[in-house]
Amino acid sequence: MSIRAVNLTHIYGQGTAFEQYALKNVNFEIQDGEFIGLIGHTGSGKSTLIQHLNGLLKATSGELYYNGENIYAHGYDMKGLRSKVGLVFQYPEHQLFEADVFSDVCFGPKNLNLSQGEIESRAKEALNLVGLDESFYKQSPFELSGGQKRRVAIAGVLAMKPDVLILDEPTAGLDPKGRDEILGQIEKLHREQGLTIILVSHSMEDMARYADRLIVMNKGEKMFDDTPRNVFRHYKELEAMGLAAPQITYIVQALRKEGIPVEEDLITVEEARDAILRLIGK
Amino acid sequence: MGIIKAVNLIFDYIKRDEEEQIEEVDRAIDGLNLDIQEGSFVAILGHNGSGKSTFAKQVNGLLIPTEGTVLISGMDTRDENHIWDVRRTAGMVFQNPDNQIIGNVVEEDVGFGPENMGVPTEEIWKRVDESLEAVGMTAYRLKSPGKLSGGQKQRVAIAGVMAMKPKCIILDEPTAMLDPNGRKEVIRTVQELNRREHITVLLITHYMEEVVGADRVVVMDEGKMVMDGTPREIFSRVKELKEYRLDVPQVTELAFELRQAGLPLSKGILTMYELLGELVPYLKEQIRSQGE
Repeated sequence: MSIRAVNLTHIYGQGTAFEQYALKNVNFEIQDGEFIGLIGHTGSGKSTLIQHLNGLLKATSGELYYNGENIYAHGYDMKGLRSKVGLVFQYPEHQLFEADVFSDVCFGPKNLNLSQGEIESRAKEALNLVGLDESFYKQSPFELSGGQKRRVAIAGVLAMKPDVLILDEPTAGLDPKGRDEILGQIEKLHREQGLTIILVSHSMEDMARYADRLIVMNKGEKMFDDTPRNVFRHYKELEAMGLAAPQITYIVQALRKEGIPVEEDLITVEEARDAILRLIGK
Repeated sequence: MGIIKAVNLIFDYIKRDEEEQIEEVDRAIDGLNLDIQEGSFVAILGHNGSGKSTFAKQVNGLLIPTEGTVLISGMDTRDENHIWDVRRTAGMVFQNPDNQIIGNVVEEDVGFGPENMGVPTEEIWKRVDESLEAVGMTAYRLKSPGKLSGGQKQRVAIAGVMAMKPKCIILDEPTAMLDPNGRKEVIRTVQELNRREHITVLLITHYMEEVVGADRVVVMDEGKMVMDGTPREIFSRVKELKEYRLDVPQVTELAFELRQAGLPLSKGILTMYELLGELVPYLKEQIRSQGE
């Protein structure tokens, strides 16, 4: 089970004066159950890339395989793909529209020709997974807090029972606690349900904490594809691409420059604290 | 008296049913007293729903107090004769750069505000020049705003507000939708405006790193002001901040954790240089004494 991109290329406005490579020969393979962080500055091609993964955009050239099947092959079941690869857009709460939370989450599965019983049980399960209990079912989605709305929107995608969940900046505009709550829920879905997660974020601190593997996009090309630890070693190159490493990386680098022998690849506050305390025998 | 003054400010969002009967009252601001000095850089923190955006809308008269008073340069926002003067004094920049740009060309967008105010043409162009210069966007004046990055769009939006020559500018999460570079661009621009043009800045944000350079930090919770001090004072109260669903910059958190573990570090360390300045000599000393 995997997603495999082979020389994936997407050109916007091909043949016009505005011709622009949004993706250029991108290759990667994502295995089942991975937690991938996708980073890149605005215009780097990451949003274009995720829209290819569930077939919303078709590559200009190159191939995309889902579980070994070429999704561009004639007669491929695109609708099936879209229910297996769930995409949560930026500001997903703008897409809520039903009168109450429960109906909103039911909307997706309703379009899958399921029985009413199955639809409702999926909606309940999905809401449970994002931590919203029955007291929310009859509430209007528009009266919830920003973080709660976003969880309803994610539940709407989960109710489709996807194997892969792609989230485009799910924490934008949320307060720190709201950010932790959403990311905590996503982490839990990854751990307990074995969902493959592809998370797009500008927060390097969050990436350091949650992702197993980082894919870095720049000008439509894949620049790095490695563990966060190894990617953040290239902090100078990341800066040249308009990105950054977590603050901790900079502190660790500065300590090393001063001749303090801490490990080079520390990326979280906890790791840095433990390394410093170890150094002085505490 | 400060340029922005809120006295016992209360604001209720009132929900009415179809018959215009009051169905629900939601108190967004609950007895706020705040006095902001002209020329200062004030950051407002608070979780989603704490009342900070509602307060921002009070400052330029988009919302009018339910009870209490908001005075902008001494003008009561409730006084309809002064509403345009209030808005001219306090300009506002919102979160989404795409929702606040209207011109087809950058210079046109920046000139829109002063044009509406009836400023003479020559003066409009002068202001457009100055505002674009102030936000470092002069090179883009003939470009289409659609082709700009998020950070650049926000700088154009700030220039548009600047062209109305406000004394005060309120930014409601101006960087929430931007990438790290765009975020830095916008914050640097705002800091420059404050320092060079002495514009009063009211910055609402969720990013703690953006607050470090402010003169004053105000934390709101449940419509009330719950903390008020310099960034150093505020960020030395790590536990309290977490109770208000907020965070501290990673540097501050690491310093706090090390302090908890018994290292002799100051409270409320804000920058990497401060941390290194204290941590490096201490660690060197410890390593040397271990070697002996």
